[in-house]
Amino acid sequence: MEIVLALLVGILYTAGVYMLLRRSILKFIIGVIYLSNATNLLVFLSAGVVAGNPPFTGPSGPPPPPVADPLPQALVLTAIVIGLGMTVFILALKYKFFDTTGTDDLDQLQQTDNP
Amino acid sequence: MTSTSYNKLIIPDMALAAFPILIPFVLIVLLLMVRHPLVSRILGVAGTLLLAATALTLLVSLQDTGIVTLRMGGWEAPFGIVLVIDHLSVVMLLVASLILLAVALYANRFLPEEIPHTRFYIFFFSLAMGVNGAFITGDAFNLYVWFEVMLISSFVLITSGRKKEQLEGGIKYLALNLIGSMLFLAGLGLLYAKTGTLNMAHLAMILRDDQQALLMNTSAVLFFVAFGIKAALFPLYFWLPSSYHTPDITISSLFAGLLTKVGVYTLFRFFTLFFVHDPSFWHTLLLIAAGLTMVAGGMAAASYYETRRILSYHIISQIGYMIMGLGIFTPMAIAGALYFMVHNMVAKTGTFLASGIIARLKGSYDLKEVGGLYRQNPLLAVLFIIPAFALAGVPPLSGFFAKFILIKAGIDAGQYLITAVALLTGMLTLYSMIKIWNEAFLKKDPGSGSPEIHDRLKPADYLPLALLALGSLLLGLLAAPVFRFFMEMARQLTDPACYIEAVMHNPNILL
Repeated sequence: MEIVLALLVGILYTAGVYMLLRRSILKFIIGVIYLSNATNLLVFLSAGVVAGNPPFTGPSGPPPPPVADPLPQALVLTAIVIGLGMTVFILALKYKFFDTTGTDDLDQLQQTDNP
Repeated sequence: MTSTSYNKLIIPDMALAAFPILIPFVLIVLLLMVRHPLVSRILGVAGTLLLAATALTLLVSLQDTGIVTLRMGGWEAPFGIVLVIDHLSVVMLLVASLILLAVALYANRFLPEEIPHTRFYIFFFSLAMGVNGAFITGDAFNLYVWFEVMLISSFVLITSGRKKEQLEGGIKYLALNLIGSMLFLAGLGLLYAKTGTLNMAHLAMILRDDQQALLMNTSAVLFFVAFGIKAALFPLYFWLPSSYHTPDITISSLFAGLLTKVGVYTLFRFFTLFFVHDPSFWHTLLLIAAGLTMVAGGMAAASYYETRRILSYHIISQIGYMIMGLGIFTPMAIAGALYFMVHNMVAKTGTFLASGIIARLKGSYDLKEVGGLYRQNPLLAVLFIIPAFALAGVPPLSGFFAKFILIKAGIDAGQYLITAVALLTGMLTLYSMIKIWNEAFLKKDPGSGSPEIHDRLKPADYLPLALLALGSLLLGLLAAPVFRFFMEMARQLTDPACYIEAVMHNPNILL
């Protein structure tokens, strides 16, 4: 299972980097989303995939192993929420930018680099 | 208070450690309910004053206790999140609060109409919360969360004028910083996979004993690139000069003082606490990056005639000095680098705010269109020259001592090349500062500088500049005690046994 997910992470990173290098801002944002999801999966994989009991401690004490490590899942949840917020903001910014300038071409973004 | 060294770590006022995060949070909630701009302006200054008071109290309580810790939710380390305040954290908190105070005072007077005070202060304090949180957290993932808090507020602030170039600068800023955050998170994932912990003290315990620590280089490289982007290191700095000059000068000053330094702080924390394996590779890499950062930033700054661009490139150049101290890695070099960072935060914000007032008086940031300010406004000239000469390293101001310590440490450690680069970059710095001084203050007014723009300034308007200039002066005049404090800090960083003990074996779990 891990090997499949690891391959998926690799593919997502590749696709993300490819999209980052495109000229359109929207494609850039799609690239950011790919990268963000690839990273989330990587963090999720950091404890391995365990087909076992849920990690809840009941009145009879902790569950018998195998038990999945709950921490990376909590981390990923946090990261997903943050990623969602960032994506929403960058989409809103792209909309506002398109509204103001009428362009979606990253090559047009040269105003602030030249004196 | 008992006298054994173990009990020295028990802190009576642990809850105070959460205040640098709590105060901004409470203020954000209050500001969300405020409608009247005057109330939010008062809240802004009062809040920053409270933050400064908290930092001072923490500094005093640190004198007799060593390290202050607070376990959030009462979870014992390494399972819960721990807030750790050592010498480095408390100094960063104190300087950050000084900068926040100066910027709040400046914003109260000079914030443009299109940015309402209430909205500005909401994101101002959420930025403050992120920065303070990053300075005091003892948990690597929590650090990531604070970074994101800081980033999202800075995104909103940098685009808040909604002009075309601000949106464009915002996109560039956002793009590189988002990629940096993802690399940070990926590094955390790999770090957790290898060590099974994210508590920084626990990581230090594991990685310092680990024989296979070389395996950590994947995470270390990811962290280096991520924080290199945040700190604006040599090949990764391009977001900074293309975005820092676009927003209103109030926001630029805030960013110039705080944001890149959080990246530098984190590099210091990570590369002194637990990435200490393989020093020959890492210290060489840090020194190369530092040298190139200095030169590239200094040269670019020399080529511009727009104050904000000069100062932006100049931030990059100065980041090189801090990383140089980390690369030399003797206690003295680290003390010098941290001294330099503190001096730089104060002086850089000062010069940015001064350039804002110049533009206010003359209607332009372009040095070719301004002039004659020394004759027209000698007070402003004095308040500019203090931080500017501090940056250039003129004695007895703060920059001189900081650079002196760094360069002495470089020579002592036999790192002659980087020391020579640092000295030569000092010339470039001096050139840039003298250029601004000559053009804006000494040169004759080019005439077209329409006198009707000439804003009448009240004496109180100079208060933020005066505060920062006083900070620069005091850091220089009190160099001996300040340096002793920084040496103590560097000892704590290079020998983290005390840090680890405070976090891992503190018997006080009542809170």
